[in-house]
Amino acid sequence: MYSFERLFRLHSGKEHLQKKRIVVPHSTEDEELSELLKLYKGNKIRTTKYSLLSFLPKNLFEQLHRFANVYFIFLAALNFVPVVEAFQPEISVIPIILVLSVTAVKDIWEDYCRFKVDHLINRLLCHVYCSTQKTYVDKCWMDVRVGDFVRLSCNEIIPADMLLLYSSDPRGVCYIETANLDGETNLKQREVVSGLPLQGVEFTPESFCSRIECENPKNDLSRFRGYIEHSSGVRIGLQSSNLLLRSCTIRNTETVIGIVVYAGHETKAMMNNSGPRYKRSQLEKRLNMDILWCVVLLIIMCLSAAIGHGLWLKNLKDPVFQVDDETSPALAGFYVFWTMIIVLQVLIPISLYVSIEVVKLGQIYFIHNDLALYNEQLDSRIQCRALNITEDLGQIQYLFSDKTGTLTENKMVFRRCSIYGVEYPHEENGRRLEVYEAEKNEAAGQSVTLKSGCSGKSLSYRSLSCNRSSVSLHTLTAESAEEDDQVSSHVQPRTNAFCSRMEVVPDPQLVRKLKLLCSPVVHLSDCSSGNTSTLELSYITDFFLALAICNTVVVSSPSQSPHEASEIRTPLKSLEEIKQMFQRFSFSPFSALTSHSPPQIEDSPQSRASRDTKTNPDMAGQGVENLNREMDSDGDTHSELLYEAESPDEAALVHAAQAYCCTLRCRTAESLLVDLPGLGSLAVPLLHILPFDSNRKRMSVVVRHPLTGQVVVYTKGADSVIMDLAETPKEQTQKHLDSYAREGLRTLCIAKKVPLLEEYDVWLKDQLLAESSIENREELLLASAERLETNLTLLGTTGIVDRLQEEVPETIETLQRAGIKVWVLTGDKQETAINIAYACKLLHANDQLLTANCGSKNACAALLEELKLEVQCGEGSMTDLTARVESSSGSVAGFILVIDGRTLNWALQEELKSNFLELTCRCKAVICCRSTPLQKSQVVQLIRDQLGVMTLAVGDGANDVSMIQVADVGIGISGQEGMQAVMSSDFAISRFKHLSKLLLVHGHWCYSRLANMILYFIYKNVMYVNLLFWYQFFCGFSGSVMTNSWVLIFFNLIFTSIPPLIYGILDQDTPADTLMEQPELYQAAHTSKVYVPNMFWITVLDAFYQSLVCFFVPYFAFAGSDVGELSFGSPINTSALLIILLHQVIESKTLTWIHILVLVLSGGSYFGFVLLFSVLCVTCSPPTNPLGVETLQMSQPLFYIICILTIVMALLPRLLLRALHNTLHPSAVLKSDQMDRMNAGKYSRRMLCWTRSHSRGNRLSVCADNAGLEPSVAEVVS
Amino acid sequence: MVKQEQELDNRPDNTAFTQQRLPAWQPMLSAGIVIPGFVLIGLAFIGIGIALFVTSRSIQVLEIDYTGVAQDSPCYRCSDPDTKDCMCSMDFSIDTLFKGPVFFYYGLTNYFQNYRRYGASKDANQLSGDLKYFTNPSSDCSPYQYDNDKPIVPCGSIANSMFNDTFKLYQIVNGTRKQVPLDGKGIAWWTDYNVKYRNPSVTPLENAFNGTVKPVFWSRPAYKLDPTDPANNGFINQDFLVWMRRAALPNFRKLYRRITEGDYAEGLPAGNYTLEIAYNYPVLSFDGEKKVVFSNVSWMGGKNEFLGIAYLVIGSLCIVMSIVMLIVYAKFKFPEED
Repeated sequence: MYSFERLFRLHSGKEHLQKKRIVVPHSTEDEELSELLKLYKGNKIRTTKYSLLSFLPKNLFEQLHRFANVYFIFLAALNFVPVVEAFQPEISVIPIILVLSVTAVKDIWEDYCRFKVDHLINRLLCHVYCSTQKTYVDKCWMDVRVGDFVRLSCNEIIPADMLLLYSSDPRGVCYIETANLDGETNLKQREVVSGLPLQGVEFTPESFCSRIECENPKNDLSRFRGYIEHSSGVRIGLQSSNLLLRSCTIRNTETVIGIVVYAGHETKAMMNNSGPRYKRSQLEKRLNMDILWCVVLLIIMCLSAAIGHGLWLKNLKDPVFQVDDETSPALAGFYVFWTMIIVLQVLIPISLYVSIEVVKLGQIYFIHNDLALYNEQLDSRIQCRALNITEDLGQIQYLFSDKTGTLTENKMVFRRCSIYGVEYPHEENGRRLEVYEAEKNEAAGQSVTLKSGCSGKSLSYRSLSCNRSSVSLHTLTAESAEEDDQVSSHVQPRTNAFCSRMEVVPDPQLVRKLKLLCSPVVHLSDCSSGNTSTLELSYITDFFLALAICNTVVVSSPSQSPHEASEIRTPLKSLEEIKQMFQRFSFSPFSALTSHSPPQIEDSPQSRASRDTKTNPDMAGQGVENLNREMDSDGDTHSELLYEAESPDEAALVHAAQAYCCTLRCRTAESLLVDLPGLGSLAVPLLHILPFDSNRKRMSVVVRHPLTGQVVVYTKGADSVIMDLAETPKEQTQKHLDSYAREGLRTLCIAKKVPLLEEYDVWLKDQLLAESSIENREELLLASAERLETNLTLLGTTGIVDRLQEEVPETIETLQRAGIKVWVLTGDKQETAINIAYACKLLHANDQLLTANCGSKNACAALLEELKLEVQCGEGSMTDLTARVESSSGSVAGFILVIDGRTLNWALQEELKSNFLELTCRCKAVICCRSTPLQKSQVVQLIRDQLGVMTLAVGDGANDVSMIQVADVGIGISGQEGMQAVMSSDFAISRFKHLSKLLLVHGHWCYSRLANMILYFIYKNVMYVNLLFWYQFFCGFSGSVMTNSWVLIFFNLIFTSIPPLIYGILDQDTPADTLMEQPELYQAAHTSKVYVPNMFWITVLDAFYQSLVCFFVPYFAFAGSDVGELSFGSPINTSALLIILLHQVIESKTLTWIHILVLVLSGGSYFGFVLLFSVLCVTCSPPTNPLGVETLQMSQPLFYIICILTIVMALLPRLLLRALHNTLHPSAVLKSDQMDRMNAGKYSRRMLCWTRSHSRGNRLSVCADNAGLEPSVAEVVS
Repeated sequence: MVKQEQELDNRPDNTAFTQQRLPAWQPMLSAGIVIPGFVLIGLAFIGIGIALFVTSRSIQVLEIDYTGVAQDSPCYRCSDPDTKDCMCSMDFSIDTLFKGPVFFYYGLTNYFQNYRRYGASKDANQLSGDLKYFTNPSSDCSPYQYDNDKPIVPCGSIANSMFNDTFKLYQIVNGTRKQVPLDGKGIAWWTDYNVKYRNPSVTPLENAFNGTVKPVFWSRPAYKLDPTDPANNGFINQDFLVWMRRAALPNFRKLYRRITEGDYAEGLPAGNYTLEIAYNYPVLSFDGEKKVVFSNVSWMGGKNEFLGIAYLVIGSLCIVMSIVMLIVYAKFKFPEED
């Protein structure tokens, strides 16, 4: 009865499991619940595919899913049918065994790597609460179960998805770094479940008796729903902000305790863990077509053999050599059909698939090892994540690029700002930015002096984050060790991301004004009379204060704990004095703004600056000096401060503020510690943070002003939003904003508001209500924030530069010369996008810009028509124009289409698609701005599907992921924006400039190598198989072979298998330098494709010819003689092997010692094998016993006479055609060679002319002697 | 600095191999290389071709068809399959000395020794003298595996169909027949005779064959193949070995004897000869022909005009090609460079 009940309970437990998950502490006394807990998966992970027992069946099963293997098995099985068997059964099993075992070994190795990683992770230790010992004990990760309490310290990795119950942070928050999960290095805040006895008190697991109900495991990282029911019966909702995710790292928090809710494979991290990418390359698709042709060929051959055999048998009248006469000719013919399929099986190049995989691995190896694709600054190589589309790199026709972080560095650096309508150009800063870049280019790699500060910092940072080991990553990317390496190699350099402070040089004018504030000389009463009004001064101070505090930057420093407040330095000026000043300012802005705008604002900065220096040169100079000195000392003391920001813009602004000595020193829950120039450290009580969201496009902090004690709201946001909200938008500032955008800077507006006390109180009530509400909290918070962020006072704007990556213009130009159309898809503003396009030479001065911005679909349709007409007209006039333009500037003028997101939306619709396509086809480049991630992928998809071209998408951010996934080749740039792009890409590079080498050299090589290898492979098989086919005409189509069956099988599998691999991995049809210098070659290779149907048939024809020669020369040589079957096959086989190997020598463009070695070894292995076999094989291999055959044959001169004739005759046509082709159409290599020689020969030519003119010499003899051998000399003569 | 070096542990090796800069020979098939190459090959081939042609010319071959299809043929009588133990003789004459050593072949046409099922129809283990397979021959031999439930030794179709015509050669000297001694030793491959085929080590050999029967087609059991020489019996009978080495093509000849002894060591002198044939082997059913061939051999084997001619043709082609290439090269190359 008990067991029944138990069963029922278990059953009901399972039912529970289906709907939601109940979690209680593991030590619970409730039997039912503890049974339930046991139903949940443990934390042990196993990413391996196989176990010892399951390996064989499972692996076999998986391999049999491949068509190729099924074919092999079919053949092997066929050979076991006695009536059709061609060889001994065991021989025909060899190929399939070999192929299966090669694959199995590969699988075992991969699985073993996974196992090792799993093992390592499962054995990691963590502190788990043990209810019997009443303390935390060390437990392996794998032993952690749902319901366990886990205690983690700073920098430890979270072993399972846990609900945060306690944090040592007094606010009940903790920070986690999710880099292992999504690659974002910024810190994310997690909160303790509310309603628990909070901070201060050490959390005791015994006292925890709440019950957690949450949803079943889902893979959505950002979603977590559930509630916690306390013993008192109170239910409190749970959000994803309460959940600590497996494989994230605890940061900036000393201790946290959580209860495990999901473990092992049910954690969100593991559920998000997808396997490696598999894409099929274009070449492979076409290859399948050709393989089908091979199948057709095979069937034709087998059919003709079958019919031939039937007829032959029918015409036989009981000969003495007849074996049995019971089977009818038709049936015998049917049997022969299958026999022939076995005999001619290699015609279908199944081993080609294995070979292609090996070749691609080799190609990947070389791409991975290319120094040119290595970034020394980040110490990162290219990552090849997709292993099977290397050759697609050589076929790219369209390139879609993201802007930010792809073309640009996405290293935000404060460039200039405008405060109170006054522009501060920061010229020195701008110069420095340029210098830095130039220097970096020069010193390509070796850490530049300027960077040393950064790297030092990153080192110290790394020492702080001691546990930032790559181990944690395995939980996420436990797919293969290789991948882990890539990931881990990736994380370390990224700590450099936020060291942009080094690059901000303060504007002297602004420094001077700021100096006024801290200078004791300033008399408060005199402020208004001076050239700088106190109002402006207060604006400036507020501006920098806002820069320093209006953010969510986390400050950490290795020397001190984040919670520890540093001692306040003695202010330079008495606090009282300053307070007075600020109290005066605090109301003055309103009055000033409403009444009048100061006349001097309209002055140009230059004139003001000159006036400054005129009026107060000494003081200003001194001030700057003082400030500089102060900053230097600051630099020393604060160099240890580390800012970790959610967005690089924020970090840039904080660093900028720091450059002006407004240093954010420390952040706690309630207050911020800020250094202000001349004032020293001030604690700013933090009241609220209204975080950034994409709807509001702004964020705000509400603080109590440290000096005035007023509640102040600082808001920072996109210009469009803030300018609308600002009470009195300033024309001047708007002008500056526009000019910033034109310069390609990213703009942000800073505003402030001093709400009246009553107003604030009202808002506070609403805000608290919103914060505490459970349902639609987000909406309420949003509304609340919007209520507060009104009537703002615009303080100023900032321009942040996102520098172009090095060599971007050159790369784009190269790619365009290579015939690749470059599109830029960005979410940025149109102006910014166009400016970047200019900067990176996508747009030339003589290009015609077509802009498409329209509000409705009809307008869009009309516009597209209009633009098309324009382009058509333009093209007409352009053609005669281009000739001139080309000659003058060297670049072809063209149309550039700029289209914004809204218009793009219309254009992508079904009816307008074709118009849009037609238009874009005529444009040299297209820039899509303000486009969403979805649009990006739609555009790529449109081009890919409609035009049927090979597309490549490159991007660095999460918003590029969809585009990267849609494109044929997706390239991720491992930049500042996390690793989502990298994770979804096929190749990950660290710099845009790497694209040119990757495409032009590696892409070209990979394509030509693979295409040639495939052709060669097919040639090899057709050629060899035909030899057997021709023999059928002389053996009554009976399926006889004139070769030992082992040799027959090994011929393809061993003797001639390695050379094509080497050919496919190492051949270089054109040297890398030539490919880089002449990007046009990329296009040329592209239009005159190596691998086209024609080439396939030419290859097959050549193979037919060679096999004819190879068979019939020995045939005629032996006709009518007493030659034995195997003796006849011996010279055929040998010459076939030599022909096949020499054919490759002819086809190879380069031969290195590796080629030679492999060729010699291949030939050697054949001779070694057949000789040994013919000595040792006494009774083996029954129908074709080779004993004594080869030894006898190879001792006779006739053998060699035949071989030489056969080889030369077979290779002659190809040799001849190659030579003719090379003479008539010298390849680029030859040309460039000639160019070199020509240049080198110029001097000698001049010398020759000179000597010729002086002594009428032996012109003729020179010409005759060297006509064929020395083109350069010949050319000199002519 | 040390730290920075450590940081760069991800840096690829800068070796010629990894950077794909291995010194390479580029087999650039430009006219400059190809033309002299062709000339050289052409000359070499013409040389070899002439040597082959001359050698082949010097080889003498005498073929005598004795199938007896034609009614005026002396063997017409024997070609009737019902006739048993038929003897016929062919007369022929030699004008000049047939230089020795003369090889005496028998030839068959339209005979498919390379028919797959025929070729597989033997038991290698049995033939290597393994007594186990005497009583239990391999199923490959089927349908010549058992005869009335008794194992056939040697089993299989190849052995069963062994050529069983025998020849005697006489020179007519002054009206009397002088027998030309035929040397039947060493006509099979050394490896076949010494390694591959073995008689069971039972003496007398006959005992090994107890409980077995001779192949259906055979007139004598294997251990009595050569009544004149007891050592030439069983599986190492030279004629048997020659037969078992299957011909590659349907028209073939097989070595029967060599003429190396006595007065004929220098060859067959000019004169009249008679070939006495014990006509046993049926070929008419499959439109085959039987013949005997006398030939002497050179370093390049038997007479073969094809190879010499082929070498000459290819050699001249190479020369012609190089001239064509030269013309093309001159026409297309030189103006371009002006």
